[in-house]
Amino acid sequence: MFEGLTSRFEGILRRARSRGRLGPKEVEDLLREIRLALLEADVHLDVVRIFLERIRERALGTELSGVLNPGQQVVKIVLEELTLILGGETMKFTYAAKPPTVVLLAGLQGSGKTTTAAKLARWFKSRGRNPMLVGVDLQRPAAVAQLETLGERIGVPVFSRPTDPVAVVVAGRAEASRLGRDVVILDTAGRLAIDDELMEEISGISAAVQPDHTLLVVDSMMGQDAVNVATAFHERLNLDAVVLSKLDGDARGGAALSVREVVGCPIAFASTGEGLSDLDLFHPHRMASRILGMGDVETLIEQVETTYDREQAENAAARMLEGRFTLDDFLEQIHQLRRMGPLSSVMKMVPGMSQQMAGVDEALDEGRIDRLEGIINSMTPAERIDPGLIDGSRRLRIATGSGTQPSDVTQLVRQFREMHKMMKKMGGRGPGGRSSKRRGKGRRGGRPPMAEPTGSDRSVTKGLSLPGLGDATEGTGPDLPGPWPLD
Amino acid sequence: MSLRSRLGRARNAISAQVLGVRSASTVDASTWNALEEALILADLGVSTTADVLTAVRQRADAEAVDESAIVLDLLRAEFVERLGAVDRSLARGGHPAVWLFVGVNGVGKTTTVGKLAHMEVQAGTSVVLAAGDTFRAAAVDQLALWGDKVGAPVVRGAEGADPSSVIFDAVEHAAAVGADLVLADTAGRVHTRGNLMDELSKVRRVAEKGAGTVTETLLVIDSTTGQNGLIQARRFTQAADVTGVVLTKLDGSARGGIVVAVQEELGIPVKMVGVGEGPDDLIEFDPVEFVDALFELDSDVEA
Repeated sequence: MFEGLTSRFEGILRRARSRGRLGPKEVEDLLREIRLALLEADVHLDVVRIFLERIRERALGTELSGVLNPGQQVVKIVLEELTLILGGETMKFTYAAKPPTVVLLAGLQGSGKTTTAAKLARWFKSRGRNPMLVGVDLQRPAAVAQLETLGERIGVPVFSRPTDPVAVVVAGRAEASRLGRDVVILDTAGRLAIDDELMEEISGISAAVQPDHTLLVVDSMMGQDAVNVATAFHERLNLDAVVLSKLDGDARGGAALSVREVVGCPIAFASTGEGLSDLDLFHPHRMASRILGMGDVETLIEQVETTYDREQAENAAARMLEGRFTLDDFLEQIHQLRRMGPLSSVMKMVPGMSQQMAGVDEALDEGRIDRLEGIINSMTPAERIDPGLIDGSRRLRIATGSGTQPSDVTQLVRQFREMHKMMKKMGGRGPGGRSSKRRGKGRRGGRPPMAEPTGSDRSVTKGLSLPGLGDATEGTGPDLPGPWPLD
Repeated sequence: MSLRSRLGRARNAISAQVLGVRSASTVDASTWNALEEALILADLGVSTTADVLTAVRQRADAEAVDESAIVLDLLRAEFVERLGAVDRSLARGGHPAVWLFVGVNGVGKTTTVGKLAHMEVQAGTSVVLAAGDTFRAAAVDQLALWGDKVGAPVVRGAEGADPSSVIFDAVEHAAAVGADLVLADTAGRVHTRGNLMDELSKVRRVAEKGAGTVTETLLVIDSTTGQNGLIQARRFTQAADVTGVVLTKLDGSARGGIVVAVQEELGIPVKMVGVGEGPDDLIEFDPVEFVDALFELDSDVEA
């Protein structure tokens, strides 16, 4: 998402770090580069100006006389200001004292309101609420049908009537009370900010239903106009927050910075994919570290924790320690990893990886994993437990079955043996018995340290170690031989 | 009806800088700063902006221009020259010809297909619509409503069906009934999703498996799109050989400056412009009108 900006800053700041000291001229050079990067990222011109002014003031001021080297200080300053512009704290969503909590969604055509409405409903549902969707988009052909299909998919009721928008929201709210639904999400028609008639209409809806939260859906691919659009909606609706949509692309998302700075309302949620579960609270400080190439370790950990089956992973770890880790377990680990999303997007959250990832073709990596799966799937159960069985003719059969070359099979078996050796070594290093005690004790056991602003390229491998698996390999276990003779 | 008048209020959005330049009358550093701001605010991007202004400045210096009105004329000429006299007509031929519509989510592909169907039916072309967006809930219904409205048959598959097969069926149907043109809608997709871009390549290939020929692949870009538009154009061109751009929702923003970079870098011209929600609100792209509307460079705006 913010890769462009990230790689840009990484380049600039590496140069800044390598200089001994920062004079006024260096600061101006740096600012010019930051300006270029921000404009290319679609940050609004006025916001760029404000941002640069803040950086200049702080960079040239007293702070630079401290003990940190100048480069480190600039990184720190930029990170802090970026976090500030993005909104400082993660928003806490509050519910109305007297339900239902009414959430009004507004935005331009095509910004992603209807999809966002369904994703929000799912998000509320996952937090134990009983949401209801109200289709107020009576303009776009089949918009209500789209909402109904999505509602069905996530098991959330949808209310709509082909009357007029104000009547629909009033009736919808009454229906929610009757059904005991505690959150009502209003999906309104997309409209142009300059269309007075439609802007009047949405003001009317807002006045009639007095929403607890009014959210503007903003497309993260939007250019310089984002600020004008947000301002126009804010004047009419007094926005509470913004939902940033389509962050799964490679748009640099300057709109997020701009809207936050100019309109002043926080970015509450960000939508990061087409799946209905791909929406979460927006975390400004994580986004700021990400922009600076420090990775989004926290999000990675959360994804690991929510999608990784802990019990299964711990079982695998235990088997590993007992020397019973087979290719079947290996395959299951791959499945678990893949459940977290495309590998490339997982990797981008790892500190220091966004640079390396820039040139890597995502399809290539995914394709390799596909081949790996294919090879293991073409093995017999006995071969998966004991790859030592695989001789020339078996190798040929596996290769033919998986559409690969015999050398690919050999390579996989060799890698698997290496892995076993490594486990054995790790098992033999630390003090005995620790890992089995640590296992299962608290979810945060395997949590890698957060990247510090000044140490952006640390802890790559640590960040990658998975809970369960990581615990086990770091700890110790009985020094057992593998299931087949190691060479 | 000129593009400017159709853009209505939106055309005032970024004119403050340009009007400032005009009213200052003399040329100095602030003139160039103001123009730089205007171009960046129009989403032209930093490097295109720098290119354009460097060229204009060289001409202004060479001709010792000291009047801001003449600088604005030079700027206008520079843009018109860059956007140039390229062929912006939509290619026909093929029995039937297939026009494929591609783009990221929410840019207005389905609506564009509907409007273009209306135009073509009005002009006497026999059109078949292919509901190739089998992903977005109710997208097929949306296209079917357009089909009813403009009087064009819609070939559809089940939700979640393979888009390639739906479009293939539509082409076969068109060939069977002797229709001239298939307008094929596709699901919006973010261009970073490798598997979905592969799917699009397949759609493009399969569309030509039968009787039809894909004579246009039109990338639909929302005119509020920022610098990401250029990356979109690159990726979609790699996947599906984009032949032209449809710039939508220009009535809302009067921007879309990214199309200048798209044409310069990839040689893909804008062919159509969407200026409203009605069936008639799709017009041919005229570079002179576009530039005038973007910067209000023609002098009668002063009045």
